[in-house]
Order: sequence, then structure tokens, then C-alpha cells
Amino acid sequence: MQFSSKILSNVRIAPDYWRIRLTAPQEFVSARPGQFVMVRIADGITPLLRRPLAVFNLGTQASAGVTQVWFEMLYKVVGKGTALLSTLRESDVVDILGPLGNGFDLGNDDEEKLLVGGGIGLAPLYLLARELLKRSSPVRLFAGGRTRDDLLCLADFECLGVGRHCATEDGSFGAKGFVTVALNRHLDELGDKKATLYACGPDGMLHALAKIAAGRRLPCQVSLEGAMACGVGACLGCVATGKDHSPQTPDYRCVCTEGPVFESSELKWGV
Amino acid sequence: MADKKVQMSVALAGLSLRNPVMTASGTFGYGQEFSEYVDLERLGAFITKGLSLRPRPGNPTPRIVETPGGMLNAIGLQNVGIDAFIEKKLPFIRTVNTPCIANFFGDTVEEYAEMAQRLDEIPEIAALEMNISCPNVKHGGIVFGTDPASAAAVVAACRKATGKPLIVKLSPNVTDIVSMAKACADAGADALSMINTLIGMAIDLNKRRPVLANITGGLSGPAIKPVALRMVWAVSSAVKLPIIGIGGIMTATDAIEFILAGATAVQVGTASFITPGAAQQIAEGMEAWMLAQGEADIRNLIGALRT
Repeated sequence: MQFSSKILSNVRIAPDYWRIRLTAPQEFVSARPGQFVMVRIADGITPLLRRPLAVFNLGTQASAGVTQVWFEMLYKVVGKGTALLSTLRESDVVDILGPLGNGFDLGNDDEEKLLVGGGIGLAPLYLLARELLKRSSPVRLFAGGRTRDDLLCLADFECLGVGRHCATEDGSFGAKGFVTVALNRHLDELGDKKATLYACGPDGMLHALAKIAAGRRLPCQVSLEGAMACGVGACLGCVATGKDHSPQTPDYRCVCTEGPVFESSELKWGV
Repeated sequence: MADKKVQMSVALAGLSLRNPVMTASGTFGYGQEFSEYVDLERLGAFITKGLSLRPRPGNPTPRIVETPGGMLNAIGLQNVGIDAFIEKKLPFIRTVNTPCIANFFGDTVEEYAEMAQRLDEIPEIAALEMNISCPNVKHGGIVFGTDPASAAAVVAACRKATGKPLIVKLSPNVTDIVSMAKACADAGADALSMINTLIGMAIDLNKRRPVLANITGGLSGPAIKPVALRMVWAVSSAVKLPIIGIGGIMTATDAIEFILAGATAVQVGTASFITPGAAQQIAEGMEAWMLAQGEADIRNLIGALRT
């Protein structure tokens, strides 16, 4: 659906990172973890295209006797569009298309859920953690980044009560190095117990996780980013390489409509 | 208000359109992708993604990038191919009471003609739009779209293969678009769509590399509207065929400008990426504009530019 959305808050949570809360129509409460929206930041032709952002959290609040649905997103200021978004204030209005995409599969209750997020890739994992915790399976978060500023909203994850493992490349928070080290150690401890990986983050991290998942025969769902114009499967700009891809026989999957969440084994990595 | 109905329908190459607004090929999937956002029966026509004899996977990524007032794309004519189109896309198209125009291309004159013949056999297809102007693939028709003699040969071959209205989509990446238009007209085209995207490029300064994997891409969006208007005006002044104006149409008044410049109909492209309902909104907005201006018949505005 497409709707006008009022900004309830738009705050900087770390250098370059912002958290925005917006109003939504009642139907939006059925948005699933891993889905995204396309944000039209301003009228006019600059920026021209919408920006895809993952849903971080959603809920309802009572205001003046009416129940108002809200949702939140995290974003990093990387270009003109996101820079402009960061200048918007409470009561400003943006146009939203969504929720879009398939979202994460919540899997079975008899397995541990291991959520791995890198930097802004933590964004779709919060709603996922919240939904998974409504079920009986244990949930753990592995959060990685270049520096402590990239480990977003850890306090929010902590409030949910998920087990937490942090790593930064510069050692400014948690273990020094990649978060995959802590993940591998935990997987060793789990032994033969079932687990599912859920991940979002930079390509290098996702590629490493795909290898870990393949080596240990674990299911692994990754949420991808893609440069997209429409978000509804028409522009075909945002494709990712599927597992049968080769230069001679390309296999492209549309991130916006076939994803953004894929089983890592369904994709071709390191192309 | 009810008795002040504006006459919005136009006739184009034997087609009767309820209004002049179509969706541009490659920006509207096969119609169904937008059915949640657009009442297809409020459009004049809709045009499929470019079809070929065999499925085409398209180019490596990145395929798109935003530029000032526009976007570059190098999708590479990704499409399901004619057989899958018939099997999977036609059943939906059959349910829509709006002319569906099939956009198509080939690698050779023979392939173009074979495609025209295959599409001619499909009753649900109201007209054919030949793409002789894709800038993003080696054999996307651009070789036919930049040389008048080659264009004439491929249009003549398709003309023989179909009795349906044959529209040729022209490339702006030529020295003289009027001579291209004349060559297509003489070879039997019934109408011209113009313009396709302008070849451009974007550079990632930090990496010192092109942003697009294809290096170059086709520029679309509001940035190209002045170029498109001028070309529609130049061709409509020189060639008798009806013209479908395309290029950066974002609003109803943009569309009216193309009609004044000489277009009988228009196509909405990039705008549909930003607002999926754009084509319908533009059709309705044109009618509202006519009403506000006291204009009774859209046909009176075609080519009505005062120069």
C-alpha cells in the first residue's frame, strides 16, 4: 500500500546513524520482520527515487483516544537522500510504499535462532528477535561493526532479553575482530543441536556466514540490499545472483519481490 | 460537472484509446505487477517489458543509479521470452479491458520478423511496439536504431509479418532523428514512440570506476523532458505518422506539453517507479486540466503549439 506518513520522531543515535518513527495505517501492523518500505523523502525531482529501508520495529500507541500504528526504521546517512531525511522533523510528512518483500521465515520452535547483524544490517533483526521471542526457541544476537558506533540499538535488543555477543574490528566494543569468531565458537558449543542463522549486513559478512552455514549444514536466511527504483518488481534493477548463476547462464533473482530475504544456499556468492 | 464531460479518447494507428496515457515498456512489468496500485482500465493502453524469442537474463549489477533529476539504467532487456510470456503473463492480460501493446526486439532482422509474426498471432495483443533503440545491449536493436537504411529494412520485415498496428520506438542517440523517423514511416510503420533513453554514465569518484557494471546506461526521468519535447516537435512537424511522446513525464501538465508539441498519446515511464499509480493519476489530471481550461476535446490540442 501507499500512504502519507507523519514523522513522530527522527533522532541521531550515533554519528551518521538515525532512528525514525512514523505513523502508519492500521493494516501496517501485519508487516513481517524482514520486510521493507520505499520512502519518498521529498516532493520534486531531487532526490527523484524512493529509498528502501527495513522495518526496525512497529507497534501502536493511543493518542487522543485513537489507536495509532507506528513503525520505526534505522538509517545511515550515506548520500543526498538520507542526508535530507535526517533534516526532517516531527510532524513532517513523507510518502511510504510498503510493507514490501517476503520477510524472514520464523522457522521451527525446536531450534536455536542465531541473529547476525553488521552495522545498519542490525535494523531488520530487532523486529525479528521480538517475534521469535514470542515462541519458545532461544534467541541470540551476534552484532558486529567496524567500531562501537556501528553497534546500533544494543540497549533495545538487551531489553528484549536476547543473549548478546558483540565484536568490533577496532576492538572499541566487545571482542576485537569479526563477529563470526564468536558465532563459530557458539556453534561449536551447540554441537548437534539444531540452529538457524538469520543475517543482514555487508556482503563480506554475509558471504562468510553463507560459508559457515554450508560447512555446518545449517539453514541461513540472509536479507539483502539492492539498488532499486521501484520496489515492486518492475525496474529489475535490484537483482542478486542465484545459485545457478554463471556468466554464460545468468541466474538473477529480484531482491525486492523474491527477497529481500533468501536462503543463503539459494544464492551464488562472491560473484 | 457531469454534463461537462471532456472528450479524452484518441485514435492512434487504428487503435481507439479511452485516453492518451500509456505505460512505457520496461517500467510497468507485464501489467500485473502494478494492478494493486493502478486501475488498468483507466489507462489508454499498457505496454509490456520488451520481449524476445528466448528469455534474456539481463546485465550484471549495479544496473541502476540515480542522477540529478533522473536515473540511469542498464537492465539489459531482461525478459521471460515469448513462450513464458504467452503461458504466464497473457492469462492476466486477457482479463484487462485495455489495449495491451507488446514491446519486442531481436538480434537480427529475421528475429524481429519472427517476433512480429508470433505476436501477430496473439489475439490479446492490440499492437506491436518495436524497440530499435535499447542502448544497453550489443544486439538490443541500437544498430537498427541509429542508421536509417537498417531501420527501414527491419521495419519493412516486421511490416510484412504483421497486420496489427506497428509502432517503432526511436532512439534519441542519433544525429538526425527526423531522418530516422522518415525512414521508419516509409518502411511501413503506423506510429512512432519517442524517445527511448539517452546514453549516459555516472562515476563513483572514490572508486574511480563507473557506477554501472555496464559502464553506460540509459538516462530517463525529468532531466530528459526538454530533449524529448524538442524531438517530438521536430518529428511531428516533418512526418505524418502519429507520435507517442515519452520522456520524463511526471505530471498531467508534462503530458499536455507533449500533446501540444505534436504527440497523439504519451507514455509514462520513470514516474511509475516513484508513484506506482502515476499513469492513472496523470490521465485523471489531464482530464481535470482540460476541464479547468474549458477545453472540450483533447484532440484539439494535438500539435496545437503556437510557434
